[in-house]
Amino acid sequence: MTEINLDKSSVRELNEKLQGGSAGDTFTINNTVGKHALSVGLKSKVNVEINGHVGYYCAGMNQQANIVINGNAGPGLAENMMSGEVRVTGNASQYAAATAHGGLLVIEGDSSSRCGISMKGVNIVVGGNIGHMSAFMAQSGSLVVCGDAGDALGDSIYEAKIYVRGKVKSLGTDCVEKEMRDEHKKELEELLSQSKMSFNVEDFRRYGSARKLYNFDIDQVDEY
Amino acid sequence: MCGIVGLFIKNPALESELGSLVAPMLSEMTERGPDSAGIAVYRNPQKDGCKITVLAQQQDFDWGVLEDAIKSKFALKNISITRNHAVLSLDSEIDEVQDWVNENWSDLSITSAGTNIEIFKGKGNPAEFIDQFDIKSMSGTHALGHTRMATESAITTEHSHPFSTGQDLCLVHNGSLSNHNRLRETLSRNGVQFKTDNDSEVAAGYLSWRLSEGDDLDQALNHAIEDLDGFYTFAIGTRDGFAVMRDPIGCKPAIMAETDDWAAMSSEYRAIATLPGAENARIWEPEPTQIYSWKRSSA
Repeated sequence: MTEINLDKSSVRELNEKLQGGSAGDTFTINNTVGKHALSVGLKSKVNVEINGHVGYYCAGMNQQANIVINGNAGPGLAENMMSGEVRVTGNASQYAAATAHGGLLVIEGDSSSRCGISMKGVNIVVGGNIGHMSAFMAQSGSLVVCGDAGDALGDSIYEAKIYVRGKVKSLGTDCVEKEMRDEHKKELEELLSQSKMSFNVEDFRRYGSARKLYNFDIDQVDEY
Repeated sequence: MCGIVGLFIKNPALESELGSLVAPMLSEMTERGPDSAGIAVYRNPQKDGCKITVLAQQQDFDWGVLEDAIKSKFALKNISITRNHAVLSLDSEIDEVQDWVNENWSDLSITSAGTNIEIFKGKGNPAEFIDQFDIKSMSGTHALGHTRMATESAITTEHSHPFSTGQDLCLVHNGSLSNHNRLRETLSRNGVQFKTDNDSEVAAGYLSWRLSEGDDLDQALNHAIEDLDGFYTFAIGTRDGFAVMRDPIGCKPAIMAETDDWAAMSSEYRAIATLPGAENARIWEPEPTQIYSWKRSSA
């Protein structure tokens, strides 16, 4: 186990060390004090434990690495993640997992606005609530919300799936509630289990695209 | 981009450390706003009389001339000079003093007026500002600070935040307003005066106008949601505390934290991390359009 203290090491030194790690290596990072861009661009199966709150863009572009943040995360957590797992024990700020292509992001607390915006294959599990405009233009992957969702959930959504246990303040354009079939219950069960969240799948509702924005509608030609 | 910080002391024993606590917060926000910095500090309340801060355009302004002129006209109790700022304490009618300064001293502008508030600001790196105005030695009940990265108007001391919005009131802003030109015209017709073409000054002028129309601060802020178009996180300093509000889209960052000793807000957690006990503070992100405020209960 390698300990890196950000009182002594710069963020660049930290990221170079983590990026140079090999599969199975374990790192612990202390004294984060809200610094930006911690543990970004990792490409191997290293295990990283970050103790403290982190600022903008933590765990960005993650591939394969398993990153745990014991604290809160600032805006842009796990942005454009490709694979691996990122877990934050507290809350996450805006646009967590924006444009992320794969992997699993677990936020044990709340996530604020624009969670999973333009998500392209990532799975996101939020233990608490999510803010407005979450899953905006979401293309693929699943967003699981164990609490409530804010305004305009899934606005202009493509093929991503959204599961919400609590209340949805409002659905965005072209986002509708859909039937929970067995395949969805199975997927949700697996995501909750992977995230170590113990909720009953029967309490969730599923939302997705009505697919009405996919094609040009001749009746709306006057709008242009 | 800009940086905002606010600190409200709950434990009176820490009031003597207000400046030494808020200076590192401001410093931490340098990357968000390296162009200029400013601070509103609430201290030394004038039980009788009033206090105004004046800003001189020239760094080498002859304050002796002003002091003599004021003494011949008003009951000046004290003048405290720091570089191109002077804080005047007077046993006089605050409106009369302000009118007199505005009418007779074209190279001076009033940055704050009230009984508790003092506003200092300057262009240049926040670290220099902190040293030049000896922010670390300031004591007081609460303070709001701003580091500016100009996006829509010039970098001058006059364009820097905080902006006064009335007696003992001030505003700091992170964001940009898109309807400030039209709004400035409307407000000017209603008698609000502007010193610059800055968008945040329009927000300050708007709040001043609403308050003069009889709104309380919460009502004025709720009207602002309707009438201001753009992005904003506002922090508003009041005599007894401060308030925070984000626009309905809520894309400008803000974080709040509270312990038994203090309550703080900032654009980012890293500014709050400099405070004692921050790692165990209750921390949350303000919801869009909700007004969060702290107030001294004894006031």
